[in-house]
Amino acid sequence: MDWLLFGAVLAFAVYTAYRVNDVLVYHWDWSRVAGFIVRRDNKTGHWFANILLLGLFSTLRLAWWGTVLACIIGLIMGACRASPNLTLRIISRVYVELIRNIPAVVFIFVFYFFVSTQLFPLIGLNSRTVNVPWTDNAIFRALFGPPGLLTNFLSGLICLAMFEGAYITEIVRAGIQSVPKGQWEAARAIGLSRFNIQRDVILPQAVRKILPPLAGQFITLIKDSSIVSLISIQELTYMGNEVANSTARVFETWIIVGVMYFAICYTFAVVFGRLESMARRSHR
Amino acid sequence: MSDDNETQGPILSMEGVGKWYGNFCALHDVNLMVELGEKVVVCGPSGSGKSTMIRCINRLEEHQAGTIRVAGHTLSANTKRIERVRRDVGMVFQQFNLFPHMTVLQNLMLGPVRNRGVSRAEAKSLAMHYLERVHIADQAAKYPPQLSGGQQQRVAIARALCMQPKLMLFDEPTSALDPEMISGVLGVMEELALAGMTMICVTHEMAFARRVADRMIFMDRGEIIESAPPAKFFSAPESERAQLFLSQILSH
Ligand SMILES: Nc1ncnc2c1ncn2[C@@H]1O[C@H](COP(=O)(O)OP(=O)(O)OP(=O)(O)O)[C@@H](O)[C@H]1O
Ligand SMILES: [Mg+2]
Repeated sequence: MDWLLFGAVLAFAVYTAYRVNDVLVYHWDWSRVAGFIVRRDNKTGHWFANILLLGLFSTLRLAWWGTVLACIIGLIMGACRASPNLTLRIISRVYVELIRNIPAVVFIFVFYFFVSTQLFPLIGLNSRTVNVPWTDNAIFRALFGPPGLLTNFLSGLICLAMFEGAYITEIVRAGIQSVPKGQWEAARAIGLSRFNIQRDVILPQAVRKILPPLAGQFITLIKDSSIVSLISIQELTYMGNEVANSTARVFETWIIVGVMYFAICYTFAVVFGRLESMARRSHR
Repeated sequence: MSDDNETQGPILSMEGVGKWYGNFCALHDVNLMVELGEKVVVCGPSGSGKSTMIRCINRLEEHQAGTIRVAGHTLSANTKRIERVRRDVGMVFQQFNLFPHMTVLQNLMLGPVRNRGVSRAEAKSLAMHYLERVHIADQAAKYPPQLSGGQQQRVAIARALCMQPKLMLFDEPTSALDPEMISGVLGVMEELALAGMTMICVTHEMAFARRVADRMIFMDRGEIIESAPPAKFFSAPESERAQLFLSQILSH
């Protein structure tokens, strides 16, 4: 029955695609766009990654460092949110509410302006200062991309992390507050200090609650990272835009970009799902 | 510390202790002295302030009036000393409150290692010693959710004992247990009493109270209404409220 239904849906989809193709008389031309994924150097005969693939790597770097940074922000702010100290609670509350109630694009425009015109000059970071020897090696490139684009990458990263940090803050708060009150009381009753209670009793239990939604947030962050293309961060969406404009193959370009996003997000979703069920099985 | 004369006087003295939740008075003018080695059983109707009173003793709740002195320390907002005070006061909860992410052994070692700075090896032998005293040394490597309620509560007792407290507080330790588990936990508590531990125990197990208590405390509406040896308390309670309470609980 399931297979029958699946077959019917598939047949309908193929038919629709066929009809659309007929009606639109659109001439598909994948080869030009494919050249922007990988290209062969005519002189040496080597294959090398072209801008779409470079954009994809850049997106993955953004997602990875964005998650690391957003987790740090989220852990600190989340602990503040669940803290008994009123000042800390207000600061973290303001941060979360500001970001949740302003459109991401608006926040990123404002914050980008702040980072790139105020923050970086203040700490003396510009494209010349990052061109020092230790930035010019394979490991650095793999982790942060080309040194020449480092300020570009960093400003996108900081915007994204600030933005996602608010959501992780809420995840962390929910995790901490999911630990029953009795755990605090038992820990206080055996004379643990506030710090030890957090580290030995509350956080280990909160982390187990936090990890699954955090994995989901990581995937959301990959998708949200396309927003920073608006401030000219050269990640996948930005590169897609470049390719679409220069080749005029709009459909092909964006379909390929979409497939790339889908492939990485879905891969991570499957991997996290596996890890989660493995963790659940090993945990008694 | 000037007020550290732990050898003299009662282990616990509460004088004129009062506590409010907003406008609601949870404790009113509570006076209680407990000598070293004494076993006190506290009873009273639900909501009478029994939990509130014993939670004030290790400052899980803060009292707002009167003074509480425990093992020579006066309880106040001075937080540094509160961890020192809690070292001397063990507590066992109705819901066990074991740490589910740690093994039984780790549960027991945490307090001594963190609060008393005991070495891990020493904490481990201490833990095994007390696990034997509560008769579940064979469960040391398990996680609390793998144990029965009765076993969990005995682990919780051992965890409190590992701090080598001078005073043990029990807040309805058998109320969350299945009937067949209760006697095991009460047995452990009785052994503890025989070994000379000072205990304040909130419980409705009146048979246990008769056997173990040196003194019965009856509370109602945040006040101590009656304080008497069990023989007198059970045969001839003075107040009407205690009579009513006893007739209800003993007819069960
Ligand atoms: N955090 C709180 N906020 C407001 N009121 C509280 C709080 N904790 C306790 N109370 C109130 O204080 C009173 C005494 O509570 P307490 O838990 O000490 O009673 P108890 O004698 O232990 O009752 P039980 O036998 O049900 O455990 C109750 O009326 C309760 O509603
Ligand atoms: Mg109670």
